[in-house]
Amino acid sequence: MNTANPVVWVQRIGAEAIELVERLGHATIFLLKSIGHFPSLLRRPSLLTRQIYSVGVLTVSITVVAGAFVGMVLGFQGYYTLIDFGAESSLGLLVALSLTRELGPVLSALLYTGRAGSALTAEIGLMKTTEQLAALEMMAVNPIRRVISPRLLAGIIAVPLLCAMFTFVGILGGYFASVVQLGVDSGVYWSSITDGVNLRLDIMNGMIKSVVFGILVTWIAVFEGYDSYPSAEGISRATTRTVVSASLAILGSDYILTALMFRS
Amino acid sequence: MSGQHQSVVAIEAVDFHFGQKKIYTNVTIQIPSYGVSVIMGPSGCGKSTLLNLISGRYKPDRGKVRVLDHEVNTLREKDLFQLRRRMGMMFQSSALLTDLSVFENVAFPLRENTDLPEPLIRNLVLMKLEQVGLRGAHNHSPSELSGGMARRVALARATAMDPDLLLFDEPFTGLDPISLGIITKLVREITDALRTTSIVVTHDVEEGLSIADHVFLLGRGTLLASGTPQELLDSDQPEVRQFLHGLPDGPVPFHYPANDYRGQILEHS
Repeated sequence: MNTANPVVWVQRIGAEAIELVERLGHATIFLLKSIGHFPSLLRRPSLLTRQIYSVGVLTVSITVVAGAFVGMVLGFQGYYTLIDFGAESSLGLLVALSLTRELGPVLSALLYTGRAGSALTAEIGLMKTTEQLAALEMMAVNPIRRVISPRLLAGIIAVPLLCAMFTFVGILGGYFASVVQLGVDSGVYWSSITDGVNLRLDIMNGMIKSVVFGILVTWIAVFEGYDSYPSAEGISRATTRTVVSASLAILGSDYILTALMFRS
Repeated sequence: MSGQHQSVVAIEAVDFHFGQKKIYTNVTIQIPSYGVSVIMGPSGCGKSTLLNLISGRYKPDRGKVRVLDHEVNTLREKDLFQLRRRMGMMFQSSALLTDLSVFENVAFPLRENTDLPEPLIRNLVLMKLEQVGLRGAHNHSPSELSGGMARRVALARATAMDPDLLLFDEPFTGLDPISLGIITKLVREITDALRTTSIVVTHDVEEGLSIADHVFLLGRGTLLASGTPQELLDSDQPEVRQFLHGLPDGPVPFHYPANDYRGQILEHS
């Protein structure tokens, strides 16, 4: 094939675009089918709680540790910036707003992607490779209902909770850095937060972001696993695609959501 | 016993392709009710594909696949799952659910598809495991089992719902001689005990012929021959003789199609 020929390039771009649209359509149908099975989880809550433990509880430690460090770094960086303007009394507010609006939802979702998203893809991909999904179908059990739906709903529930933990621990980390280490007044730190943080504008919007990220990341993770080529290389590629696509989806959708939520 | 002569699976004039590759052209196979039907053929001839067509996991490009009086390629998803409750399948890889114990794997189809009380499920599972000689391993996890044991647990799971149709995908592959003997014996005994129909896909001639009531030989995308094991052994058909006697050359050539040998060797000399 002549790669220098512009017609070849146009054909290739066209073919890739068609494949992308097809895949998106396939993924959307897959998402809708998975959501359609959510009501059945009410009859089998153990399926859901097991997955919440797997994707949520097991991600708590990394989220808490990361949240503490991010909060402490914010405390330090904020202090040395604000003190030039004599505005260190706003340090608590700076830490809290940074965490509730942006860093909490985005970083907790990125951590979730690395820890749980990749594991979901690998697990489902391996189930496909070892014919476990086919075996479920042959036992008259719909694998989307039994395997995918509980994991998807667990992710949607877990990510906002992880975000709340990340933000809370981050604010405590900021307190440790600014109050304990740098000598900012404790009352000033907390009062700037309680006075400046708005429940609807900041906390609710942060949570909405987190729910959207939870849906996006878990959807990508389970779809990539389910759609992976059943081989070791196929699983490896699918896992990589999950981390890359989900990370970009988080950052891209964060921009869109931020523009929609905070433009006024 | 007229029912014994009806076909439980009827594949009628089926064409099927996978990706760019044509697998079947105008294939017609009638699998009789009851007994063991063995589907044989060289690797890559589409034996496992046949099981996927029967179970409705693949749909043919053309033709009909009738299973237990249902046309599977036209069934809605819900009806297809309903039909699969009457089937059991043992996979080559065993396909045990790795997060469940041996007991839970066998109990799985019962828990998912029935409302049986727990004590009854327990007894049924233990009976199924006893049948394959692994009642003592009911607490093991799949990772603790040898290949042969995993295959036996998969067999117990496939029979858990007492299916009308049992499908076996390469049940003899990769087993040590003892496990091979056990699985071969179990396939035959369980088929007879349940008075069910078993379709065994294999390329192991000796084991396949030893348990078969009917043999179907696939190759070149079509049905090459069918009959009782003795009829196939007595056949003069070159394809049948080559496969059953393991002849290295014949209708299936030893050499993959290639350019002129001499020309290619001398090309760079």
